[in-house]
Amino acid sequence: MSDISLAAEGIVLERGGRAVLVDLSLAVSPGEALMLRGPNGAGKSSALLVLAGLLAPQEGRVRFTGADPDAPPFAHLHWVGHDPAIKSGLSVAENLRFWIDVLGGRRDRMGDALEAAGLAGLEDFDAGLLSAGQTRRLALARLLAIPRPLWLLDEPTSALDADGAHWVGQLLANHLAGGGLAVIATHLDIPFSGDSKTMTLIRAGA
Amino acid sequence: MTAFLAILSRDLKLGLRQGGDLLTLVLFFVIVGVLLPFAVGPDRPLLSQLAPAIIWVAALLAQLLSHDRLFRSDFEDGSLALFRQASLSLDGLVFAKLIAHWLLTGLPLVVAMPVLALVLGLSADGFWLAVMTLLAGTPALTAFGAIGAAVTVGLKRGGLVAPVIVLPMSLPVLIFGTGAFDPARVGAASQALLLLAALSLVSMALAPFAAALALRISGE
Amino acid sequence: MAQTSPNTHPGWFTRIAHPGMFMGWTRHVVLPLAIATALAFAAGLYVVFFASPPDYQMGDTVRMMYVHVPTAWLSQFCYAVMFSSAIGTLVWRHPMADVSQKAAAPLGAAFTALALFTGAMWGRPTWGTFWEWDGRMTSTLVLLFIYLGIIALWRAFDDQLKAARIVSVVTLVGAVNIPIIKFSVDWWQTLHQPASVFRTDGPTVDFSILTPLLVMTLAFSLLFLTLHLVRMRTEVTRRRIRSLELAQARAAGGAP
Repeated sequence: MSDISLAAEGIVLERGGRAVLVDLSLAVSPGEALMLRGPNGAGKSSALLVLAGLLAPQEGRVRFTGADPDAPPFAHLHWVGHDPAIKSGLSVAENLRFWIDVLGGRRDRMGDALEAAGLAGLEDFDAGLLSAGQTRRLALARLLAIPRPLWLLDEPTSALDADGAHWVGQLLANHLAGGGLAVIATHLDIPFSGDSKTMTLIRAGA
Repeated sequence: MTAFLAILSRDLKLGLRQGGDLLTLVLFFVIVGVLLPFAVGPDRPLLSQLAPAIIWVAALLAQLLSHDRLFRSDFEDGSLALFRQASLSLDGLVFAKLIAHWLLTGLPLVVAMPVLALVLGLSADGFWLAVMTLLAGTPALTAFGAIGAAVTVGLKRGGLVAPVIVLPMSLPVLIFGTGAFDPARVGAASQALLLLAALSLVSMALAPFAAALALRISGE
Repeated sequence: MAQTSPNTHPGWFTRIAHPGMFMGWTRHVVLPLAIATALAFAAGLYVVFFASPPDYQMGDTVRMMYVHVPTAWLSQFCYAVMFSSAIGTLVWRHPMADVSQKAAAPLGAAFTALALFTGAMWGRPTWGTFWEWDGRMTSTLVLLFIYLGIIALWRAFDDQLKAARIVSVVTLVGAVNIPIIKFSVDWWQTLHQPASVFRTDGPTVDFSILTPLLVMTLAFSLLFLTLHLVRMRTEVTRRRIRSLELAQARAAGGAP
């Protein structure tokens, strides 16, 4: 895994005429996780969207040092948002295989990823039959099946029970131990051992 | 390329498995084509003269009906946001979606054509010409429809605005599609077919860029 | 802190087009422009009614042309304004480009409708019918639909910043498509009506017709300029009111 560092400087973001982020700066280096905490509306999700390149900030910039300049601009990161991007009508295996093909992962990792996500034996089931927790696990299985250094996770443990939260913590710890980095927006505590720092966002203008 | 094929096969799989949509589309096409004679009257010569117009209007409306679902489900379940991190640019992925969409909504109309040709009293020559114009022209309808779908994907009531934007833009397709049948002018058919094919090629080549741009903006 | 703000070193364009600056300098321009428009119309209407001869074929109805041609020209010029504003919105994300684009759309629709109306009024005595499926008239009608579609799209969005960029995409696509529509309509017309009913470019233009035509074109163009500026000012004010209301609503307490 290539050594990528993430740095954001002076991010100013307005959405719908409202200031969401005011002069947000952060830096994450390999093996490190950054927890974004704060009340609802503090811009945690928006901050992740800016880092993922899905929202263009009015000012400031996001920099990835060490990223392959020839690769597509966001091919080194995973963004997992509220919507799982899982299609009912396709089986569990087809859903994961689709994202492996689109995001450029390796198909031979699929079995292991599903197994780790606790979905072994459900491969041929329609994804529409999964519970909310299982759907979340399937979405997170992408992180395992498609290795990418930077994870941007928006409330990864929502819809998961204590076991699931523990699994996410394990996932994160392994990722960081392998030199990966992560930025996680969450209002729940994620149980994990590893190098992490916390940043609390406050509501702009409050 | 893997990403391109993955999108293509996924959309085809979803379209074929949820066969209801396909059936609805074909049914709509045939019903519109069968309803218009009731408005015109059971005048066979007049109907066979109007047949190209009826077929094309039915095709235009049927295609219009299908566009809204082109990007909406991917937008709502978060897939579109993930496409941005793919190994292929969004333009390429949208192109794959357009091809799949045409295979699911353009091609079935051609397959359903014999029914309309029969009830409208289209001659054998007219039938083949209709098949050719639909094959040559429906990709352009898909392309314009995709732009309409992309600009309205973020709107909850987008289904209403999109046709108002797409229909005037689709006028050339209708003109060339029905113009091919004009008996008064020698060479009108081949000229119209060439123009239709050119229109389809150019619009299919350019629409992915416009649609992808609109999708990026809608995602913000 | 490496903040690369585009407003650090504003160029001349940014300075005159910044919303605040824009409101400042246009305040002094609107009234003179309106007076110039009124004078041009006064002069134009005088020439049209008293200083130009009736056509030997069409008689006094030819005077309709002095309204028809300028509005037809503006119906296309408005689209050009929207097109360049759309590029400004997409490429430079300039807020005034958004405003200019939004302000131009209803004006374009109005001038196009006026061109169609005068065309129909003129068509009655000339062709014997209000509406003829003439190539020019038909493509103008489609242009009106495109304007109305764009206005409908503007109104469908709550977030006007996003609407501006989405509408820009449609405007650009329309700019590529309008010539194709024009071509297809002409092709369609030669298919169905080999002999053209009427052509404006046929007869040689006499000086006595050219003068009123030019003066009226100037008057209508000035009218467009005035209305466009006024509409832009209105839009800027509307956005300011909205953001003030937003701030007030938030200050009133309670979580947003």
